[in-house]
Amino acid sequence: MSEIPEDLKYTQDHEWLRIEEDGSVTVGITDHAQEALGELVFVELPEEGQDVGKGDACAVVESVKAASDVYSPLSGTVSDINGDLADEPEKVNGSPYEDGWLFRITPQNEDELEGLMDTVAYEEFLSGIED
Amino acid sequence: MPFIPHTRDDLSAMLSRIGVDDLEALFDEIPQSLTMPGLPGVPEALCEAEISSLMHERAGTDGRPVCFMGAGSYDHYVPAAVWEITTRGEFYSAYTPYQAEASQGTLQVIYEYQTMMAELTGLDVSNASLYDGATAFAEACLMAVRANRKAKSRKILVPRTVHPYYREVAHNIISGQDIELVDLPMQDGVADLSVLDQFEDETFAAIVMQQPNFFGNLEQVDALTDWGHEHGALVIAIANPLSLALLKAPGSWGSEGADIACGDGQPLGVPMASGGPYYGYMVCRQAIVRQMPGRIVGRTVDIDGKPGFTLTLQAREQHIRRSRATSNICTNQGLVVTASTIYMALMGATGLRQVASASVNNTRSLVASLTAIAGVTQAFGQTSFNETVLLLDRPVGPVLDALAAEGILGGVDLSEFYPELGNALMVCATESRTAAQIEKYTAVMTGVMAGEGVQAHG
Repeated sequence: MSEIPEDLKYTQDHEWLRIEEDGSVTVGITDHAQEALGELVFVELPEEGQDVGKGDACAVVESVKAASDVYSPLSGTVSDINGDLADEPEKVNGSPYEDGWLFRITPQNEDELEGLMDTVAYEEFLSGIED
Repeated sequence: MPFIPHTRDDLSAMLSRIGVDDLEALFDEIPQSLTMPGLPGVPEALCEAEISSLMHERAGTDGRPVCFMGAGSYDHYVPAAVWEITTRGEFYSAYTPYQAEASQGTLQVIYEYQTMMAELTGLDVSNASLYDGATAFAEACLMAVRANRKAKSRKILVPRTVHPYYREVAHNIISGQDIELVDLPMQDGVADLSVLDQFEDETFAAIVMQQPNFFGNLEQVDALTDWGHEHGALVIAIANPLSLALLKAPGSWGSEGADIACGDGQPLGVPMASGGPYYGYMVCRQAIVRQMPGRIVGRTVDIDGKPGFTLTLQAREQHIRRSRATSNICTNQGLVVTASTIYMALMGATGLRQVASASVNNTRSLVASLTAIAGVTQAFGQTSFNETVLLLDRPVGPVLDALAAEGILGGVDLSEFYPELGNALMVCATESRTAAQIEKYTAVMTGVMAGEGVQAHG
């Protein structure tokens, strides 16, 4: 069973969101996602300052066997990216919820946070997939 | 391998194994409404002896003209060993096998090829080749737009001195993705740097330069490369790979070097063959390799620590990334690349330099002889590589016809591509042209320009 921290929000694309004190939102992929992908060898991140729409493909995580798009869970502006991943993409595998975060967004529309799953809902969503 | 080794028994054994009566039945699933009963105008099949005789007869009508044409395809000598080795059964396949467990030899050849191209261009990573120079250039444009996200531009600045066919092919391939090629004007046969100021406020995903350019002239690649980088553009180099034996490698252009190099591999051991098959090469910096199209062979070690070769970075490719792949060209020109690799290995760095130098010298001596004739002058005051543009005092077409009647392919008439140049004739003399052939060309041209040839041949 993969780890699902309680203080985060989740999407059906297996991304997590953490609402920071300054109102920005940090985005990464879940423990389940990193495990399904296998060892990451490359992460392509958006540009800082880039405007993204909800559902836009804005990052790519590439493992030895697959490359997957990461979709922006919110509309807004990319305020920060995890530059460490350029040299150490495997941080996403080792620490998907902390050192392996991908990018941070200043949201344009707080309402978009409403439709996201909490831990319990994501847990149910995962068990639905695994059945 | 000019025959198919299956006997009638082999064929019927294969057909009966899959439960099909004859070869026609294999195509049963194509609706009758889409099939044609026959091809009008196509005669009955001939046997081997008949077809061989017909082909020799038809080929004979071409004559054996001496070639002074270049413009992207060059009549270099190909040592007999190149195709003798390339057409051995081990290499001679219509399709490149990629399974590492069954294809170590093929994969190693491609790896050696990639290493040679990376050395020639001074860049980090080569792919296993693309279809030809023009499509490689189109792919380089697409790659630059993907790789240069910062520029947020779908425009590419291309001098008019880049091969006209390359610009046309690239336009056809990339315009569907709303990528635009913007013309950079030319002056005296090279890109006009003095007009770059006009583009100061525009953002380009990439700037392109061809070295030597379509006319054979040398561009100011250092200045263009630096201008491109200062303006946030990536730099795409198109280069005749043979010229790189003498000229500065794209990886060393300007203060930072070009980002992508591409071009046609034909000059390296591939016969002109009426236009193909040739192959396109592409090499880039490590930092943007994930945006490079095509296959890449890597060197690794197996479970016992022994060196081996395998495809790598496949997550860029269509069998994994589907519609978001870097390209839908995920193959390579295996056989001609094999020939090129053997050619480069046989020639070595010294041999390539000698071929390139001899071509430059022959072209210079041809140009010196021809411009001694009244009515023939040089079009540009530039340093050129293995081809040069001449201006005639009359239309080029009839002059070329008169030369052809004497067994000489006298060059390429540029009036269709660059009407503004007037009666422009582009000539090329590779290392294969002898002093006697250059003398004969000069003698016939002298006659033609004096009026004899044109009269004699109407």
